[in-house]
Amino acid sequence: MTDIAQPLTTADGKPLKGALLRAQARARRRAFLLVLPLLAFILITFVFPIGQMLYRSVYNDGFTWHEDVTSGDRTPIMTNLATWFEANPPGTEPDEAAFAALAADLVTLRDLKAPGQAGTRINYELSGSRSMFTKAARSAKKLEPPYKEAILELDKDWGNPELWQAMRGASSSYTTNFYLAAIDRERDASGSVTMVPENRQVYVKLFTRTLSLSLLITFLTFILAYPIAHLLATLPLRHSNLLMILVLLPFWTSLLVRTTSWMVLLQSQGVLNDTLVGLGILGDDGRLQLMYNRAGTVISMTHILLPFMVLPLYSVMRMINPSYVRAARSLGATSWTAFRRIYFPQTVPGIGAGALLVFILAVGYYITPALVGGADGQLISNLIAFHMQKSLNWSLAAALAALLLAGVLLLYWLYDRLIGIDNLKLG
Amino acid sequence: MTTRTSNDAFVEFERVQKSYDGETLVVKDLNLTMPKGEFLTMLGPSGSGKTTCLMMLAGFETATHGEIKLDGRPINNIPPHKRGIGMVFQNYALFPHMTIAENLSFPLEVRNIGKSDREAKIKRALDMVEMGAFGGRRPAQLSGGQQQRVALARALVFEPELVLMDEPLGALDKQLREKMQFEITRLAHDLGITVVYVTHDQTEALTMSDRVAVFNDGVIQQLAPPDELYEQPANSFVAQFIGENNTLEGEVQEIRDGIAVVRLDDGELIDCKPVNVSRPGERTRVSIRPERVEFNKSRLKAGAHTLKAEVMEFIYMGDIFRTRVRVAGNDEFIIKTRNAPDQVRLEPGAQIEIGWLPEDCRALDA
Repeated sequence: MTDIAQPLTTADGKPLKGALLRAQARARRRAFLLVLPLLAFILITFVFPIGQMLYRSVYNDGFTWHEDVTSGDRTPIMTNLATWFEANPPGTEPDEAAFAALAADLVTLRDLKAPGQAGTRINYELSGSRSMFTKAARSAKKLEPPYKEAILELDKDWGNPELWQAMRGASSSYTTNFYLAAIDRERDASGSVTMVPENRQVYVKLFTRTLSLSLLITFLTFILAYPIAHLLATLPLRHSNLLMILVLLPFWTSLLVRTTSWMVLLQSQGVLNDTLVGLGILGDDGRLQLMYNRAGTVISMTHILLPFMVLPLYSVMRMINPSYVRAARSLGATSWTAFRRIYFPQTVPGIGAGALLVFILAVGYYITPALVGGADGQLISNLIAFHMQKSLNWSLAAALAALLLAGVLLLYWLYDRLIGIDNLKLG
Repeated sequence: MTTRTSNDAFVEFERVQKSYDGETLVVKDLNLTMPKGEFLTMLGPSGSGKTTCLMMLAGFETATHGEIKLDGRPINNIPPHKRGIGMVFQNYALFPHMTIAENLSFPLEVRNIGKSDREAKIKRALDMVEMGAFGGRRPAQLSGGQQQRVALARALVFEPELVLMDEPLGALDKQLREKMQFEITRLAHDLGITVVYVTHDQTEALTMSDRVAVFNDGVIQQLAPPDELYEQPANSFVAQFIGENNTLEGEVQEIRDGIAVVRLDDGELIDCKPVNVSRPGERTRVSIRPERVEFNKSRLKAGAHTLKAEVMEFIYMGDIFRTRVRVAGNDEFIIKTRNAPDQVRLEPGAQIEIGWLPEDCRALDA
C-alpha cells in the first residue's frame, strides 16, 4: 500500500498538481490568444464607449475647467464663485461677495476667451443665459464695486435665483442634474427637486411612449410571427425553405429601402390610400393618415423587426416533437386544448427570446421613427440623437441613453427572474 | 348504433388502403379483425405500412379507401380525441413541462373528472407500474425505463379499452426491454385491454403477442399465433423474417401423400412439406429451421433423404453450438445444437450427412 497522506507525484517525482497546471498552461495560453482580438475589439468599441457615455452623464466641466484648443492647457474657471457656493448653503440670497466673485470670474473668462463655454453649460439648464455670459464678460474689465449693482445694471436677470441655482449646480464638475433633466425634473432656487413646468415636460412622456410603442410592436410581431413560425416548422423542408427565404428577404434589403417603400405605400397620396379611394371604400377627403404619425412608426417597425421574432420561435418549434400534440390528442384533448396546454407552453422559451430581442431593438430604434414617425411617432432615441447632433448637450444625451440602458437591463433581469436566461433560445 | 359484422370483432380493418402521394400505396387492401382482449402485434421491416395502420387506427392519418371500425362503429370521421384510444409513443412523448402526476392528470382533466377521483386514478395507475413515488418528478429526471412506465400508465389511466403501442421499447437496453415486455403483457392480460403493438423486433413480437401480423410491402403476409408463425411460415418472406432460417432452392419433382419431393439445384432430392407449391416443375424455396437439422443418423427416420455436407465453421455460443456447413452449394447453411454432455462438436473440414423430418422442411414460394 502507498502512503495516502503523501501528495501525488508524477513518475519522475514532481508534484502532480504542478505538472497538470504546466501541461494545461500552453493550451490555455493559446486559447486566450485566440480570443484576444475579439476581447480587444469589444473593449475598444463597446465597453470603453459605454463607460465614457456613463461618465459623461454625470460629469460636465463646462463651468469648471477651460481647455485651450491649441496648447491643450487646462485652467480652472469660476473658482471664486465655487468658493462662495461652498461657503453658503443653497437658497442663500447672493450678496455683494457673491457678485464680486462673479465679476472676478468673468474677467478670467474674458481673458481665456471662454464665456461662451461657461454660458452654454448654464444654458443647458436655463435657456437664454448664454448671451448673458458673453455680454457680461465683454464688459467685465469695466465693472466697479459695488459689483451687485453694477452687474444687475448690465442685465437684471443676473438676480434670478434660478440662475444662481443653475450656476451652483454647474460649479461642480460632477452632477446628477442631467439625470434630473432626463426625467423632467430640476432643482428650484432652494435646491430641492421639483417637476419642470408642464410645457417643458417631454422626456417622461417620450420614455412612456417609447416603452408602450415597443410593447405594442413586440405584441404585433408575436401575433404575426407565431403562425408563420409554426408553418415553417411543420411544412416539408422543400416548402419551408422557400417560406424561410421570404421571411429573411427583408433582412437582405437595406433598412432605408424598406422604410421608404413603406412611405410609398402608406402616405396619404400613396398606393394604399389611392387603391382604397379608387375602389370607392374611402372618399378623396377621407384618406387615411398612416404615415408621419404613430401608426407609421408601428407599421414599419413591426415589419422590420418581424424576422427577429420568427427566427427564435422557429428554432424552438422545430425542436418540438409532433408526437407531443399527438399524445395530447390521443389522451382526449381537443386540438385547441392540445395547443393551449401542450404546444404553447413548450414554445415559451422562443416567445421570451423573440420578445426580448424585438423589444430591446424597438426601444433603441432610430432611423425608422425618424423617417416615418412625424412629430407624433418619435421615440426616445430620436431625442438622444437630437441632443447629440443639434443641441450638443451630450451630457443630457448620455443621461437619457443611460436611463434607457438601465431600463433594458432591468427588463433583462426581470426576464431572468420570471423565465430564466438559460431558457432563452435564439437559434 | 350500427349492426356488428361479426360477434367478436372489436377492431376491424375492412379493405383499407392508404396512399400519401396518390401514386403508391403504403397500405394495400388491409383486412384485419381483432376480438376484444387480444394482444396483436404488427411486425414488419420499416416502411412496411405497420405504423401507418396504427396511425389510421389512432386517427392521425385518414384511410384513403376502406373502413376502420371500433366496436362495430365506423371511426373514419371521428377525430382522435373522441376515439378513446390510449397510445404509447416510441419516444414516450411525456410532456416535458409537466410533472409525472400532471402528465397523468391531463387525460382525466380533459374528461372533466373531479379532483379527488383524479388523484385516486393517478395513484392507482402509477402504483400499477411501480412508479408511485415519482409523481412530483419531471420526465427529464427519470431514466428511459421509468419514462416508459409512466407513458404506459398515462395511456392506461383513463381506462381505455384499446391501447396502441408504437415501438415503445425501442429505446431501452436489452435487459430492461425484456423486463418491460413481460410487464406489458402481464398488465394487458390483468386489465383485459385490447392491445395493438407495433414493432420491428421479432423476438418482442413472438414473446408478447396472442397473434402476430407480419407486414411487408403494405400487405399482411401472415396473421397467426407466434408458434404457428415460427413453425409454419406461410411464405418465404415470413420464414426469412421470423427467426433464423436456412433456404435451399430447387424445383418440385412430384407431390404425393402430402409430401413434395424437391430436386435441389445441384441435383439432390429432398422430402418437404408442400406449403405454397401445387404442381411438379414449379420453382421453390425450401426452408428449414437451424435447430431442426439433424446430423446424427440414428435419430433420423429410416428412408429419409439425407444430404452430404462439409463443416465450414464451429461457433461456441454457450447454451448452443452453431455450426456453419456447406450443403448443396450453399455456404451459409446453419445447424444449431443444444450444448449437452453427449453433444458432438463438429470440427471444420469434417464430412457429415444431414437430414430432417419432412414436416420441418417447408417448400415455399420461390
